[in-house]
Amino acid sequence: MTLNDQTIWGLETKANEIRQSIIEMLLEAGSGHTAGPLGMADIFTALYFKLLRHDPKNPGWTDRDRIVLSNGHICPILYAAMAHAGYFPIEELKTLRKFGSRLQGHPHREWLPGLETSSGPLGSGLSQAVGMALADRIDSGPASNRYVYALLSDGELNAGNIWEGAMLAGKEKLHNLIAIIDRNNIQIDGFTEDIMPLENLRARWESWNWHVQEIDGHNFSEIVAAVEQAKAIFEKPSVIIAHTIPGKGVKEFERDFHWHGKTPNKEEAKMALNELRTLGGKIKSEHE
Amino acid sequence: MNNLNPKIFAKDNSDIEQAPIRKGFGEGLLDAGEQDENVVGLCADLTESTQMHLFKEKFPHRFVEIGVAEQNLATVAAGMAAMGKVPFLSSYAMFSPGRNWEQIRTTICYNNANVKIVGSHAGVSVGPDGGSHQALEDLAIIRVLPRMTIISPCDAIEARKATIAAAKMKGPVYLRLAREKTPIITTEETAFEIGKAQIFYQPKTKAQVGIIATGALVYQAIQAAKQLDDQGFPAKVLNISTIKPLDEEAVINLAKESGAIITVEEHQITGGLGGAVAECLAKNYPVPMEFIGVKDKFGQSGKPSELIKHYGMDAESIIEAAQRLRNK
Repeated sequence: MTLNDQTIWGLETKANEIRQSIIEMLLEAGSGHTAGPLGMADIFTALYFKLLRHDPKNPGWTDRDRIVLSNGHICPILYAAMAHAGYFPIEELKTLRKFGSRLQGHPHREWLPGLETSSGPLGSGLSQAVGMALADRIDSGPASNRYVYALLSDGELNAGNIWEGAMLAGKEKLHNLIAIIDRNNIQIDGFTEDIMPLENLRARWESWNWHVQEIDGHNFSEIVAAVEQAKAIFEKPSVIIAHTIPGKGVKEFERDFHWHGKTPNKEEAKMALNELRTLGGKIKSEHE
Repeated sequence: MNNLNPKIFAKDNSDIEQAPIRKGFGEGLLDAGEQDENVVGLCADLTESTQMHLFKEKFPHRFVEIGVAEQNLATVAAGMAAMGKVPFLSSYAMFSPGRNWEQIRTTICYNNANVKIVGSHAGVSVGPDGGSHQALEDLAIIRVLPRMTIISPCDAIEARKATIAAAKMKGPVYLRLAREKTPIITTEETAFEIGKAQIFYQPKTKAQVGIIATGALVYQAIQAAKQLDDQGFPAKVLNISTIKPLDEEAVINLAKESGAIITVEEHQITGGLGGAVAECLAKNYPVPMEFIGVKDKFGQSGKPSELIKHYGMDAESIIEAAQRLRNK
């Protein structure tokens, strides 16, 4: 599918608003993760505003697609995308990580309708998505058109549980399973290839019988086309290796692994919001 | 009493019928699968050993072979439960919950997923395979998990009933099974309810010691009680098939009546049944206690009966513990 300019502009605008929400909620929370949520903002926007079969007013709808966020620490982007899509009031985003909030520091299924699982400890999301896809196939047969999306980080590919799930999905030829890897090359202790090299990542997934695509994770045409292609593949599960820039959208945060697990202070947040609102100074506005 | 197998009370019951507890699970899962089409089975390369093959043969496309990957076993089951399935996952207790505890905690208990974890080959009675395969810590690590129900059946018939009951209840369950053939204590008519303990031996006169036992060792407990009765030291035996939630009322009543308690389990003496009973009594009605189980050691190779005796879990050891309490 080729997106027209108007659709792309709409998605880019939405992603920008969502990034602003991320900065605002992280400033308010005072702890959490910045780089991952900003880096995945375009993919979550594409999912919640273009690709997913879902109904924010009816989160329990049986025929919905499932989103399994495996690396739970990037939940600010999940929460922000859900709020902007209409699952709950945008204002509630500011309760992130606070006592009694439905927006737990890492997602907990029972607290917030629309969450498919709870995550935090890394490496277990792909297998849960495999379980959902297997259950769907038992219920719907091979013609199922419900999709299960597993959103993974590259750092968590260090975990054996991921590869156990990858093997099973390949064996079972789960066409209704689409994994998306946030290939941003950073993890807490540094760059992924220094901590525990993952390359050749494409070959690793292909060897377990997965259909592999690599995309620019900030290009909406590529994101949408890759998911459409994944849906067209019937004999295999699909993985989309989305190359992303950690901290994307705020120049000062981009590509710096120190922003993995910290939040902006007041000054940094003001600067970040200004940059997002003016599209990096291209737009003159009252924020300058 | 309680419609138990009458042979259990005979002076000489060496001809008592025997069957492996895990076999009862295999039959129970088949029943549960027939009653509810949402029941699915997952196994980590031990399908026949854990007796899941009966279910697999009857319902091939409701069975998933996971391979030797217990973390995957737990997490795939959690995903299936999220779609409304009632997954039973089976392996040896040493590997599941031994190897996949965090996945069970986060994706099953924290998530409140309706998953049934079946740990077979628990205890030293695994025998010749040796200490690496003899799970003696599984109850301890599982008992601390919120929301988990723990069932440890005393024989194959109770295991079948427990499996069917586990499929019907909503929420995580751990079902602990043993490998070896063990005496059949109950009958089809014996009542079974999750969370309910039952008196399995009633002495001729008022009990002076209460024996609280679980799993296959319930048989040893009854043998010990019979002999203690003959020696003029009446003992009452309480079968605890549900370790969590503990039937506190039954435990407290037995302590009140007998004034002394022995716990009996094929597990480390810390963290399992003994720990659960001690916690309950310390708070509600403290009495002198003895703990029959493995005392902070690992197992080893040998015949099950040799090992049960070596680690002090046979009827003789229970009688000695009773004597110690009597002399206190």
